[in-house]
Amino acid sequence: MAYPAGYRYTKEHEWISVAGASGTVGITDYAQSSLGDIVFVDLPKVGDRLQAGKIFGSVESVKAVSDLFSPVSGTVTAVNEELKNAPEWINADANATWMLKLNLTNPAELDALLSAEQYEAFIAEESEK
Amino acid sequence: MSATVDPASPLRKTALNATHRALRARMVDFGGWDMPVEYSGLIAEHMAVRTAVGLFDVSHMGDIQLRGPGSLAAVQHLCMNDASRLAVGQAQYSAMLNPDGAFVDDVVVHKLSDNDYLIVINAGTREKDVAWVHSQIGAMPGIHISDYSDFYTQLAIQGPKAESTLQKLTGADLSAIKNYWFTWGKVCGLPNVLIARTGYTGEDGFEIYIPSDGPTSALVWSEVLNAGAEFGILPCGLGARNTLRLESAMALYGHEISGSINVFEAGLARYARLDQGTDFVGRAALAAIQAAGGPKRRLVGLESIERGIGRDGYPVCTVAGERIGEITSGSPAPFLKKNIALAYVPVQFAALDEVVAVEVRGQLVKAKIVATPFYKRPRKSA
Repeated sequence: MAYPAGYRYTKEHEWISVAGASGTVGITDYAQSSLGDIVFVDLPKVGDRLQAGKIFGSVESVKAVSDLFSPVSGTVTAVNEELKNAPEWINADANATWMLKLNLTNPAELDALLSAEQYEAFIAEESEK
Repeated sequence: MSATVDPASPLRKTALNATHRALRARMVDFGGWDMPVEYSGLIAEHMAVRTAVGLFDVSHMGDIQLRGPGSLAAVQHLCMNDASRLAVGQAQYSAMLNPDGAFVDDVVVHKLSDNDYLIVINAGTREKDVAWVHSQIGAMPGIHISDYSDFYTQLAIQGPKAESTLQKLTGADLSAIKNYWFTWGKVCGLPNVLIARTGYTGEDGFEIYIPSDGPTSALVWSEVLNAGAEFGILPCGLGARNTLRLESAMALYGHEISGSINVFEAGLARYARLDQGTDFVGRAALAAIQAAGGPKRRLVGLESIERGIGRDGYPVCTVAGERIGEITSGSPAPFLKKNIALAYVPVQFAALDEVVAVEVRGQLVKAKIVATPFYKRPRKSA
């Protein structure tokens, strides 16, 4: 599956799509594929303040649990409540299934994230390991 | 044979490695073996076995054969169950114990003929087990020990449609084989294939032992998939194998059983011949534990009653947060759709319906002690 060129990526396999000061966050196709069938997503609440690089929640598949790391700092404005009942949507389409939206406090943090091309090179290295 | 160690790679491969990769399985290092953890998806594979049929490559399991006039005495010395009760063509769950009454490995003993026994052992413990067998019975008279682990490709065909699937490929009458019995028959034209009604999924099913050369292994694998296609057969990986055995509360070496967990703690004393005269390694220790009032801790089943998934190694606490034990295996249960776990707790907390807490990444999640197995397959309607 292709990684959208308009997104930015973390080495912990989250993506963020930014419009103005608002960011939308999910996990990558590589992440969902590594986890397998996702059964549980633990997300923060609207109003919570996230810090770049810090844990904001977790995602669990049948076989593993994985922390979620915030790509940038910001305040949560929306959480995808539908994932409580349908976490498998992340497996079906990780690029389009968002977890939360946030207002960026420091858009310059985006510069530290990977482009789609850099991310693909990164996961190619990961799969070699 | 084909399952040899490639010097360029520390991971061992079964004869079906290329087949798994061609099916785009996700591969993992399992006890030094490069094995498929899932193909189409763990939940789908798990459900295929519960509702139809699934196919597993379990060639990483080991096979030790004991032959000679001293073989029964050797098996009886080595293993805790009573092999003298086996008829030719019958198998039994058993275990090799250390002198503390704890586990070297759990095994399935097959009586191939008088003076001929096949002991199927776990993959991760193969070398240790083979060395153990030699150290314990190597000097006994009238016994020949063979390690045939690399000679067989072992396939498990499991699920309510396992018999219908395999019956298409063999002239042997599978309906005549009772649970934990076996026979020999032609499978896919191969003569004298050991066909056992055994498995590790909690479902009806068979395990077959075919020659481990690559073409034969690949042929039988694809023939089984073709035969099961009408029932919706899926190739299944170790992920589903683990959740299936966990729902059925079957022990996994290194988790529920190990060299520091004894038979009473693991709840497996019903497979040990404690009351009979013949000695076996570990028996004296078990008698002493029994005389001292039994085990202090016990393996129990847990079911989460709050949101949260207890996993392997997570602490088990009182509801007040005092640590009392540990989860040995924990996972969402795909068929039961609950979060279940096996855990060791002190016997005073082991009563059914007792409420405890699992520490899930810093948070206490309530769980209750439930009866095991969590899942029991429906009885066949005649």
